[in-house]
Amino acid sequence: MRMAFIESLCKIALQDKRIWLLTGDLGYSVLEPFANSFPERFINAGIAEQNMTGVSTGLALSGKIVFTYSIANFPILRCLEQIRNDICYHNLNVKIVSVGGGVAYGTAGYSHHATEDLAIMRVLPNITVLAPGDPIEVRLAMQAAVTMQGPCYLRLGKGGEPVQHRITPHFAIGKPITIREGRDVTILSTGGILNDVVTAADELTKKGWSVSVASMHTLKPLDEIFLISLCQKTKFVVTVEEHGPGGLASIIAEIIACSGIPIKFHPFMLKPETFATTGDQKYLRSAGDITAGNIVDHVIRLLDPPR
Amino acid sequence: MNSTKKDASIQLAKIIRTNALRMVHTAHASHIASNLSIADILAVLYENILNVNWSQPEWPDRDRFILSKGHASAILYAVLAEKGFFPKDDLTNFCRNGSELIGHANHRVPGVELSTGSLGHGLPIGCGLALAGKKDGKSYRTFVLLGDGEMNEGSNWESLLFAAQHKLDNLIAIVDCNAIQGFGATKDILNLQPFSDKWQAFRWSVKEIDGHNHAEIKNVLATVPFSEGTPSVIIAHTVKGKGVKYMEDQLAWHYRSPDGDQLAIAISEIEGTP
Repeated sequence: MRMAFIESLCKIALQDKRIWLLTGDLGYSVLEPFANSFPERFINAGIAEQNMTGVSTGLALSGKIVFTYSIANFPILRCLEQIRNDICYHNLNVKIVSVGGGVAYGTAGYSHHATEDLAIMRVLPNITVLAPGDPIEVRLAMQAAVTMQGPCYLRLGKGGEPVQHRITPHFAIGKPITIREGRDVTILSTGGILNDVVTAADELTKKGWSVSVASMHTLKPLDEIFLISLCQKTKFVVTVEEHGPGGLASIIAEIIACSGIPIKFHPFMLKPETFATTGDQKYLRSAGDITAGNIVDHVIRLLDPPR
Repeated sequence: MNSTKKDASIQLAKIIRTNALRMVHTAHASHIASNLSIADILAVLYENILNVNWSQPEWPDRDRFILSKGHASAILYAVLAEKGFFPKDDLTNFCRNGSELIGHANHRVPGVELSTGSLGHGLPIGCGLALAGKKDGKSYRTFVLLGDGEMNEGSNWESLLFAAQHKLDNLIAIVDCNAIQGFGATKDILNLQPFSDKWQAFRWSVKEIDGHNHAEIKNVLATVPFSEGTPSVIIAHTVKGKGVKYMEDQLAWHYRSPDGDQLAIAISEIEGTP
């Protein structure tokens, strides 16, 4: 995903001179193509995220489209008030990019796990929150982020996320992309865990269940009518995210509750109690019961409860 | 000509002091003493220094002014109204329900560049504005007015490093050093001294002035940048509550709002000053 991001950014920056990239001294072996091609529009702001975010605000006030880049929580939590007061309240063209959404930085530990980012960013005003599921969606999300006016949060995986789309899908902010269609259960997935979700769906299909999968590349804003109609097509809706409470599960629960339509729902998400565990991404997903295997087992219990 | 201009800024300072007092009194708002300590700096900036145009508040080549100590919004609104950015009658709406004249600076008010209020935000944004100006070959300057208490915020020190690193000599910080912050004297809370040395160590060009002496304010602002390739800072020694004797250097007037009698005394003092 990181590579899809930087390739897209370079491509867009070639056409659009308003594009700037600011990093908080991270992105070694990722950002060099931009830094080398557009040195006048690349700033390593140092390990100083509050100032980086303020500088991005000043640049955006001057007509630039500014990407800020760092890993996990660094470009969001350390400078959250700058994002809230300066970028979001003034509705400015700053696109905040965080690499390593969820527990992608595994053994680096709690400091490097972005497990509340979606919950926090989605409640801010004016901001669009994007969490693409594979490198193809990253490219499409980048184009959408630049085209739209206003702030954007882009949550990326760390790298190595497999491509899920055979053909380039239609991408519109707010509308999930359907990847599998079925009648029994709809699995809504956000971010880089999409591969596990598709694996789980295919496993369930082999076992005779009819499964829908949609990639929720946008968490805010959402086409709620579209989403409700998607959810109504199956008996059950589940959400999967590499994130703690307050993210996709809360969003879908809110939409379902407000719709007044009885839709059965189950969330798969990380539990804050497991955040302290040491392990790689795979291990930590397993500790949080959000692997493909966990999804298969639990969905079968939901659809076919033991009598 | 020069003396007329100087007198003009002195007259302007009187008007915005009295208007800020009236606004804060009517709204029962706080921060009057913080407003009064920057009255002279604002008057000189808007009378003599800033290249801004009330009829085109968003003119791209305008000088940028950011009030980072956003709690002194009353006197900023007062000076902008006086300079024609919006009707003076609107000042009576300060802090009124539904009004744009919020108790901390509001960017939706013509002439206000940025909404502020939480401290430590203005200087990083000023760095971005100055950097854009440099890269775009623009001649506008960016002025950021901060409080000395505000210099407790770490974000400012990140910006000090950044501005020097990027040689932002089109960026001018002005620190309103009234020596009092939320709970008492700045020296007793987080002592900033040696303040001037700190800025110098961060590779800024520094000048210290009496922040109430119009000739000094004007002279120093007329000579920015102090050194090519270096951001400039003006350390302005001020008196919190300046112009109203019973408010001067009194922490309580960071919070209190003058009643009718106190307002009358304050206005007569200001109007009685030569």
